[in-house]
Amino acid sequence: MKWYRVWAIFTRHFYLYKRSPARWMAIFYWPLIDLFVWGFITIYLQQYLSSFVMAFLGALILWDILFRSQQGISITFLEEVWSRNLLNLFVAPLRPIEFLTASMLMGFFMVTVSTLASALLAWLFYSFNLLTLGLSLLPFILNLVAMGWAIGVVTTAIILRYGQKAEVLAWGLTFFFQPISAVFYPVEVLPAWLQPVARAVPATHVFQGMRQVMRDGTFPLGELLAATALNGIYLAVAFAFFYWIFGQVKELGLLMKVGE
Amino acid sequence: MQPVNTIEEQAIAPTIAPAIAVEAVELTKRFGDTVAVDHVSFQIAAGEVVGLLGPNGAGKTTILQMLLGTLLPTSGHIRILGLDLARHREAILHQVNFSSTYVSMPTSLTVRENLMVFARLYGLARPKERVEAVMKLFELEALRSASGRALSTGQLTRVCLAKAFLNDPRVLFLDEPTASLDPDIADKTRRLLRETRDHNGTTILYTSHNMQEMEELCDRIIFLHKGRIIAMDTPKAVLAKYGQANLEELFLLVARQGVT
Repeated sequence: MKWYRVWAIFTRHFYLYKRSPARWMAIFYWPLIDLFVWGFITIYLQQYLSSFVMAFLGALILWDILFRSQQGISITFLEEVWSRNLLNLFVAPLRPIEFLTASMLMGFFMVTVSTLASALLAWLFYSFNLLTLGLSLLPFILNLVAMGWAIGVVTTAIILRYGQKAEVLAWGLTFFFQPISAVFYPVEVLPAWLQPVARAVPATHVFQGMRQVMRDGTFPLGELLAATALNGIYLAVAFAFFYWIFGQVKELGLLMKVGE
Repeated sequence: MQPVNTIEEQAIAPTIAPAIAVEAVELTKRFGDTVAVDHVSFQIAAGEVVGLLGPNGAGKTTILQMLLGTLLPTSGHIRILGLDLARHREAILHQVNFSSTYVSMPTSLTVRENLMVFARLYGLARPKERVEAVMKLFELEALRSASGRALSTGQLTRVCLAKAFLNDPRVLFLDEPTASLDPDIADKTRRLLRETRDHNGTTILYTSHNMQEMEELCDRIIFLHKGRIIAMDTPKAVLAKYGQANLEELFLLVARQGVT
């Protein structure tokens, strides 16, 4: 892998943000709207329930990390499709892994910017300090980013194979995992038969871990290890899937047609 | 034009420039029951300008895609600059470039930004200087800060052509490069292609539906019909073989009467 090519693709997408208020809006808009709506609901509920309803705010910010990370990859790819630039890139000496790495970095950049903004506003408006979750938050955040990458890589592969008609996946696939990721409620709330499925999702362990920290202040090492191991598997499967699809695309000559 | 040193050029360039720049041997591509390219073999000498022509569906784009490695042949093999494409695609692509009327560039980026992305992607040692040089070559200096949206189709085509010259390619694949250019710029582009060949020994494989342009520019033509080569020689010799006055008449004869 050549980092100068990864840097080339990263800067190509960074240029887009330099003078596009609409793209900055896309990073901030939904996280902030969610933060305000759920934030005020949380304040209201706090009068009646114990303070741990603040976990809602934490969950909200963390869920957005997963979503932004996936979006970073999918939108980076779709930008190339929309601008009919994909063939230019792949007739250059660019390896798929380099393209994906640049997309993942772009996802990380989007996550960093939007999380910092959300965390700052949560502190200003609701006195919710995300850092109260401690330094243990960082590896959990990285796990959410990694899961977002895995979903983003799968989404990209499907769009590459089936074209823009599969574009809806870029906006919705992450939400498929939301009901079983224990984002706003513990995994024990789910029916017994669904709980093993939920525990096979890396994000579930992140959100379970977050609740553990807020509940008893102990470091959820078990949850962290489970999330990391599952993400290793998810990423390996996602990359294998992408390369398998990329082979099909080269067999069928779809690189030239993917934007049609 | 000054030679361009890419970061990896020293490591990948064959020590002796091969006399045959492009070689296709028994190249076949099937899509299900359809045979798009049927046992096509040809050689293009270094520094030669060869036109690939034929009616729609003759197999021109399929052959170009296979030569660029974005489409896998069903059988047969390709050697470019003495290297086997299947095994050395990345090394080959450092010394090759491509431009097509049907492929665009991101219009949200400025002309300079677009070219800088590709200069980085090809790992050019002095990307800024090289971008300035190709902008001058294609009379794009005044448009350096213009976004792609502000450009006419012809201007965007010039940006794509400038991209194709960035790495000072030893082999250039051009798919109808002058289709959207006005006569003045089209003429300048043809002159530039001739100069590039004369000064740098660049090998050019060219498709166009402008038959006059093909006669004027090409040392040889490869005439395709239904995935097979029906003629491969100098334009004069091909016309003599079919008893036609010009390539336009020959094209109509093949397309309408299926003469092979």
